[in-house]
Amino acid sequence: MLLDKNKFELIGTIDAEAEKINRPAITYWQDAWRRLKKNPVAMLSLGFLILVILSCVFGPYIVPHKYDTQDYNLLDKSPFGNYWFGTDNVGRDLFARVLIGGRVSLIIGFVGTAVELVFGCIYGGISGYFGGKIDTVLMRIVEVMATIPYLIIVILLLIVLPAGMGTLILALVITGWTSIARLIRGQVMQLKSSEYVMAAKALGASPSRIILKHLIPNTIGVIIVYMSMDIPAYIFDEAFLSFLGLGIQPPNTSWGALVFAGQGVMTNHPHELIFPAVAISLTILAFNLLGDGLRDALDPKLRQ
Amino acid sequence: MTKYILKRIGLMIVTLWVVATLTFVLINSIPGDPIMSKARVLPEATIKVIREKYKLDQPMYIRYGDYIKNLVTGNMGESIIYPGKSVNDIIKAEFPVTARLGLQAITFGLAIGLFLGIVAGLKRNSWIDYLVILIAILGVSIPSFVMALLLQFGFGGKYGLPTVGWGSRTYFFTAFKYTLLPSLALSFASIANFARFTKSSILDVVNQDYILTAKAKGVSQIPLTLKHILRNALVPVLSVLGPRIAGVLMGSIVIEQIFAVPGIGRELVNSISNRDYTVIMSLTVFFALIYIVAQLLVDIAYVIVDPKIKLTDSKE
Repeated sequence: MLLDKNKFELIGTIDAEAEKINRPAITYWQDAWRRLKKNPVAMLSLGFLILVILSCVFGPYIVPHKYDTQDYNLLDKSPFGNYWFGTDNVGRDLFARVLIGGRVSLIIGFVGTAVELVFGCIYGGISGYFGGKIDTVLMRIVEVMATIPYLIIVILLLIVLPAGMGTLILALVITGWTSIARLIRGQVMQLKSSEYVMAAKALGASPSRIILKHLIPNTIGVIIVYMSMDIPAYIFDEAFLSFLGLGIQPPNTSWGALVFAGQGVMTNHPHELIFPAVAISLTILAFNLLGDGLRDALDPKLRQ
Repeated sequence: MTKYILKRIGLMIVTLWVVATLTFVLINSIPGDPIMSKARVLPEATIKVIREKYKLDQPMYIRYGDYIKNLVTGNMGESIIYPGKSVNDIIKAEFPVTARLGLQAITFGLAIGLFLGIVAGLKRNSWIDYLVILIAILGVSIPSFVMALLLQFGFGGKYGLPTVGWGSRTYFFTAFKYTLLPSLALSFASIANFARFTKSSILDVVNQDYILTAKAKGVSQIPLTLKHILRNALVPVLSVLGPRIAGVLMGSIVIEQIFAVPGIGRELVNSISNRDYTVIMSLTVFFALIYIVAQLLVDIAYVIVDPKIKLTDSKE
């Protein structure tokens, strides 16, 4: 094929504009947020979770009935009037109880994950950064911990320690930190040969400074994705344990404890089972969907 | 290979020892002793006899030594609440029930999960694909006990399915109708997991160059699917099996409770509410044993099946 030179035109370049940046530079977080905003499912989940968190935090002060006020004229009533979710077997407003229970479940989810995260970051950071013998010893410990059926140990701890939210969090964290430690270790091992780590070392930064200021912040995307998947796991486990009667004790309540209470009367008063069960399931669902969205937004490498 | 297996068995023994010790320390750190809390009204002499029988008058390290020695020889001790009832007998009678339930749940999970996953992977954007996406999301969002209650509420007492119970004294072999609802509830998370994992594994394989090569060489659809795609895609699925067995084992604790199935999961919950400490201790160790052995078997099977894993000293 012959190409005629006349069909092409030289438009040249303007040297002054060669280096011009047309769009404002965006940071990692702006980029991630932009990508997350394009994902309607994740945004819907985020909105739903914010709604759930706000209603669990402020709801109990606003709803017309207190969660522990008993009204013996209104036992086991289906939803009516301003009892949006009906009442339970001693005439307490189920809506207020679901909100209070949600508070407990969410606190366990967030606090448990946060504690586990701090410990896992330090442990995994040390293991990954120093490598060698330290790494071998620390990872053997993790291996042994990870093969222990953790719920059994949690159950044992709950028998031994006084029942309550603190114990529940402690028991779940003691057994739950291994996977985040492994994750951080892997990340740190990848990152520790980066130039900025070498630069920091050359400037005389201590290992603790390098791990906390340089390595951990660079794994933050992975950590956030992990957290969004781990919070529902904590809510799940709390529900499981409360369902066995080992978790939150009355008059306090949690979603698991509410499902357990509803189980006994499910044939005659199904609403007492359905509302808390739906609350758990929808919240965990939203966390999982948001987690998927965050993974796509924060870590394009993992995108499927 | 032998080295790997030996190393894993070594690790397994260490883990079991950690579990046994942890259990012992935790149970013994409960203030007072189990006899005193149960038998305040007994005369002094009787209490002394009972304490001697359970060796509670001995110092801690001797009891620990006895406990470990008994465990090694396979003697799991005797219930405090029901004297004469040994934990070995409890396990012998009730483990078959849990095993039946668990095996059936894993079978359901594998059969339904693999089927859905394979179809979804091969026919993207078909209705089965969307069904798998839906099941996978619901499977990780609905706790197994909620699923169990829903099944019990929806189907129990209808269609000839009993609401609770096991209906057999021979335990392992019982009518299918008693096992259907509990094992379905138990398998729900497995179905979701297997379906999701199989689907993504198949999608991985379908995009490989060797599939393109096979197509280019004119391999027709059915041999292509069976020999080239499935063979390669199903090996990684085995890695989900270990965690799933663990999940089913833990799930059985609450499922057996809901459906009043006489297995060791329910026994554990009962012993916890009775504060029957020897039974709690022994069942904990037994649960750990089953859990760890299952993981080990799956891992060994994985190494045998997957030629890509080389057993050199693994360093990430």
